[in-house]
Amino acid sequence: MFDSYVIGEGTVRNVTEGDETVGFAFDSRIAYYRGLGVSMVEPFEITVDGEAVPTDALRFSLGDRTWTFDELETDYDTRWELTDTATVTVLRPGGLRGEHTVEAIEVLRISYLPFPSRTRCARTVTLD
Amino acid sequence: MAHDIRTGASLYSFQDDYFEGKRDLEGCIAAAAELGAEGIETLAEQMMPGFPDLSDEFYATFAGWMEKYGTVSVAHDMFLDTKKYKHRELTHDEMVASLHRDIDHAAKLPARNIRIIVNTPPSVVEAAAPYARDKGVKMGVEIHSPWSFDDDWIKRHLDVSERVGTDVVGCVPDLGIFVRKFPRVIIDRALRDGADPDVVARCVKNYDEQGDTQALFDEVEASGADPLTVNFARMTTHFIDSDPARLTDHVDQIIHIHAKFYEMLDSGEEYSIPYDEIIAALKKGGYRGYLNSEYEGNRHIQDIQAVDAYGQVGLHQQMMKRLIAADDQGE
Repeated sequence: MFDSYVIGEGTVRNVTEGDETVGFAFDSRIAYYRGLGVSMVEPFEITVDGEAVPTDALRFSLGDRTWTFDELETDYDTRWELTDTATVTVLRPGGLRGEHTVEAIEVLRISYLPFPSRTRCARTVTLD
Repeated sequence: MAHDIRTGASLYSFQDDYFEGKRDLEGCIAAAAELGAEGIETLAEQMMPGFPDLSDEFYATFAGWMEKYGTVSVAHDMFLDTKKYKHRELTHDEMVASLHRDIDHAAKLPARNIRIIVNTPPSVVEAAAPYARDKGVKMGVEIHSPWSFDDDWIKRHLDVSERVGTDVVGCVPDLGIFVRKFPRVIIDRALRDGADPDVVARCVKNYDEQGDTQALFDEVEASGADPLTVNFARMTTHFIDSDPARLTDHVDQIIHIHAKFYEMLDSGEEYSIPYDEIIAALKKGGYRGYLNSEYEGNRHIQDIQAVDAYGQVGLHQQMMKRLIAADDQGE
C-alpha cells in the first residue's frame, strides 16, 4: 500500500558534498498503515536502469539522523512514524545525469505476516 | 435476550486521509462523529506518534475530543512486534511486557477494549490477564481471515477466555471472515496490475461458488502463470466465508466487532459481506456492544483514485443503523 510514496514524486535529486556529486537521494514514506521501529525496516532493494545497488551504498535518514542499514537493524529505540518522510541516499559517484529509471522496493518485517512486506515503486527521472 | 448494538468507527478507515495530511487525529474523530459513529477505535501506532511514551497532556486532550464530539473511546488496536529483532523472536516475557504497555495505554485513553492482534500467542494473553483485570481493560483476540472460530489457534484463545473469564478475555471478530462474494475492488486492482483476466474470472467464480481455492491455486501455480496471476489465485485462499450463525454461538465471548467492509455500493449494500445476516445473528444472540466500521477497500483503489473514506464510512454507518433498527420478527 501507499506504493507511490516509496519514491516520492519529484523528489529524486543529486547529493553533493562540496564540489563533488556523491550520489542521489529520494524521499520515502512508510508503505504500511502504522509506524514501525526502524529495526524492522529491511534494506531497500534499489536498481538504477536495472542494475542493482549494493546495500552498503545505501543510507537511511530520519530528521537529522542517518544510518547504514546495518546500523538500522540494531536501533531498537527509533520509530518510523506514519507521517514521517525519510530520505534514502544512494552513494554513487557522479550521481545521476540525464534520463534514468530508478526502482525501489521497500521491505518491512511485519510480525503477523509470514513473509516481509515488499512495496515497489519505479520512476523515470531526468536530472541535470 | 435484549440486544444493545451500537455503531462506531475504527480510525483505520481514515488512514489515507491521515497519511496524506488531509485530516489529523482530531479531524478523523470529528469525521467519524459527523457520520454517526458513537464509538471510536484507535490505533496508537497509526495516529499517535510517540506511542508508547505519550504525555498526560495528550491523554487529557484525547478525552477532551471525546467530550467535544460526543463520542466514546471503545477500543485500542494493539500490535505485537515479535520480529523486532532480526535474528530471534521476542521471548514470552518480552511479549507480555509489550502487552502490558498496551494495557497501560488503553487504561489511560481510556478504552474499555483491546483488540489483540492474531499473531499474539494465547499464553501471552493469559499471562497478562490479571494485569488487564486490575486496569479494568478487556482483551479480545481478533478473529481475522484466514482464521475462523473453528481453527485450533483461535480455539486456544477461546480456551483462555473460558479459563480466565469473559470479563477480561474474549474475542473481536473481524467481519472479513464472512466474505461471501470475492471483493470487486481486489479483482479490479489485479486486472489493472496485469493479472490474466480468464484465470482471475475462474478464481473468482470458484471462490463465490465455495470451491476449493487451495486446489485451484496449486493448479494455477503449477501452470507457470505469471506472478501477478499466481498472487491473485493465492489471495483467494486467504479469504473465508464463515457462517454468520457462528456469531450467535459465540456472542458471550464477543467483546467488540471489527465491521470490516471493502466496498459500499450506492444502493446502501456492501458488495461482499452479508451484513443483513450478520446483524440478525447478533440480535438473535443478544449482542451488547459496538460494530466499528473498518474500511479496507482503501488500499485496493489508491492507485487510481482518491480514497473516499468519508463517503464509504457514511454509507456503512447508515446501512448498519438501518439493519440494527429493522424489525426482524418472523426471521
